[in-house]
Amino acid sequence: MSKREITSKDSEARGGPGVEIVRSEAPSELLRELVAHLRQNRTQLREEWVVRITETRLLTAMTKEEIFAEATSVYDSYVEALETEAFEALQAYARNLSERIIPRGVETHEVVGIVLLLRDVLARSLFAKYQTDFKKLNRILDAYEPAANRIANTVAVGFVQERERVIRQQQEAIRELSTPVLQVRERLLILPIIGVIDPQRARQLTEQLLRGIRTNRAKVVVIDITGVAAMDLTVANNLVQTVEASRLLGATVIVTGLSPEIAQTLVTIGVDLGKMNTVGDLQGGIEQAERLLGYKVVTLADPRQS
Amino acid sequence: MEVPILKQGEVLIATFQAALSDADLEHLRRGLVQQVVRFRSRGVIVDVTAMDVMDSFASRTLREIAHMIRLRGAETVIVGIQPEVAFAMVQLGLTLEGVATALDLEEGLAYLIEKFKNID
Repeated sequence: MSKREITSKDSEARGGPGVEIVRSEAPSELLRELVAHLRQNRTQLREEWVVRITETRLLTAMTKEEIFAEATSVYDSYVEALETEAFEALQAYARNLSERIIPRGVETHEVVGIVLLLRDVLARSLFAKYQTDFKKLNRILDAYEPAANRIANTVAVGFVQERERVIRQQQEAIRELSTPVLQVRERLLILPIIGVIDPQRARQLTEQLLRGIRTNRAKVVVIDITGVAAMDLTVANNLVQTVEASRLLGATVIVTGLSPEIAQTLVTIGVDLGKMNTVGDLQGGIEQAERLLGYKVVTLADPRQS
Repeated sequence: MEVPILKQGEVLIATFQAALSDADLEHLRRGLVQQVVRFRSRGVIVDVTAMDVMDSFASRTLREIAHMIRLRGAETVIVGIQPEVAFAMVQLGLTLEGVATALDLEEGLAYLIEKFKNID
């Protein structure tokens, strides 16, 4: 209730009939005037902006020349976006910029920071220009503010999206790297699992293992989960499924390296232990696998005596 | 399409074709259970390499075949389940419990021969 009152008062206060008319009449003209002003003072405003960036210690990963070069193109794209109100070009530029600066360790707050600084610098110059004519200043700001907000938004979102894309890519790479299926003896595979298992990774692991069993004609597989910190119900079931699927291909699975926490979880959620062949550590697992395959490891001689 | 049953020494071998109707499966079950005693076979290998889908009926029939043949005095081993099929089966809860499995025909034969040796 009170909120609505405030809003209506607010719009009354700002939206006097005169302002209303001008707003609907000529925002594009105002923007043109604004853009002309920004073009005219390009050198001075840009420099001021760069000084402010250096002062606030943003973009410390970049050299002064680089900042100046980037600032120039950001400034031009910014003014262009104000003029045309077409944000696609700016969006593409923001993505391109992010692609270049993310690998150099530029943070989100820095990118948002410099765009807000530019917004601030430009607004100040508008204040300075129209300080004698408050009505005009008001109208100019009415035209400038929404566009400037949209630009800041576009750049920030572009940056974050690019960052997320990089993160996704890296996750994918880590996943690929972290699930090797290794053959240690004829017909014996080991699958060391490290890190967090989510359902997607569990699925990928299982598929890779099954393919590995087929190509290496494995009879025994040792899955080592020493490097897995925790396991929930879904993942535990995935593990049981992996064991069962391997059996369907004629391979026996030995699970090793269950931490006390995981053992506790498995007991609490009541996983069918009859299906699981578990051994304390990887060494024990490999020894048992060798027994199953009929290997016998013998020391030939004491290496110290030879 | 009917499944041919081949006799190789003490072992019967049935090789599935890609698409089998439920009636074909029934027919296979009857044939295997009859012939295992007629030929005095000690082992049966069911090769499913060509199957790219295993539904619940096929999976249940396989399990029944294995258990019936056990009762008729022989061992059964299912061979050649494809990795994708195995993955789909466990997700559907079709795990062929109590049935021996092996990678392919060669492995299945080796498994049976090992088994016979232990019995002799």
